[in-house]
Amino acid sequence: MIPITEYDSERKILTALLQGEIDHHCAGEIRRCIDIAIDKYSPELLALDFSGVTFMDSSGIGLVMGRYKLMKETGGETIVLNPRDDIRKLMELASLGRLTKIAYTAHSAAKASSGRKVP
Amino acid sequence: MKREVKNKMKLSFISRSENEGLSRIAVSAFLSSAGADAGVIAQLKTAVSEGVTNAIVHGYRGITGIVTLECTIYENGLIRTVIRDKGTGIEDIEKAMEPLYTTAPEEERAGLGFAIMKSFCDRIRVRSVPGKGTTVTLDKYIAENG
Ligand SMILES: Nc1ncnc2c1ncn2[C@@H]1O[C@H](COP(=O)(O)OP(=O)(O)OP(=O)(O)O)[C@@H](O)[C@H]1O
Ligand SMILES: [Mg+2]
Repeated sequence: MIPITEYDSERKILTALLQGEIDHHCAGEIRRCIDIAIDKYSPELLALDFSGVTFMDSSGIGLVMGRYKLMKETGGETIVLNPRDDIRKLMELASLGRLTKIAYTAHSAAKASSGRKVP
Repeated sequence: MKREVKNKMKLSFISRSENEGLSRIAVSAFLSSAGADAGVIAQLKTAVSEGVTNAIVHGYRGITGIVTLECTIYENGLIRTVIRDKGTGIEDIEKAMEPLYTTAPEEERAGLGFAIMKSFCDRIRVRSVPGKGTTVTLDKYIAENG
């Protein structure tokens, strides 16, 4: 499903609320959508909020890694927020934690990412 | 001792990416009606998604073909899932199965499909003939503790 993107211009944080299942079939569309927003706002931090993601496979890992690389090109950082347990396990299997922080927030992704606490 | 078949299903579909979701739904529904553990279903669903995606993305790169997905549940609790394509095949299976190895990095593939299938199943076997196709067999037990 197409993510909802929000930009906090004060703190230069772009949040993408990902939803539903992330597989090869929909990864391309999600990628395009996020990349358009990155291009438009040039954020310093990209927050990928996984609260609404119910399934993910290696295509989702590729998606996160790809956005991490893109953000890195302009010195920006990427953070993963609120993945479910099984999705977090998959991320750990892929050692995604080495590239991006994985954090949990109470509600609003944009609000909590300012704290950027890793549990 | 001969293994008795408890239930079996077979699904064939053309190599369109929207069928990746179909294959996951089919496997989940089939396994939950057999009373498999939720954790087992979730892992096998992910492994099937990897295998089917590989058949579509790599096996039938640039062409359309048939992917088949077969799932058998045996009385002893073994679930055997077979994913088959008649596509390009794999030149060097050992290399293909190495974590992070991918022939499609420009498509943002991570090279982790086989690593995920391996870690989410009890056993994986890959048979492949270049120009003929690939068969991936995934074995997993229906209950978490075997
Ligand atoms: N069914 C297949 N037919 C032909 N080649 C395959 C098939 N499955 C896998 N391969 C080859 O094996 C390689 C590794 O597969 P694997 O699933 O581990 O990684 P990937 O598909 O490249 O990336 P990811 O799964 O992380 O998106 C692929 O890049 C491809 O070259
Ligand atoms: Mg793959």
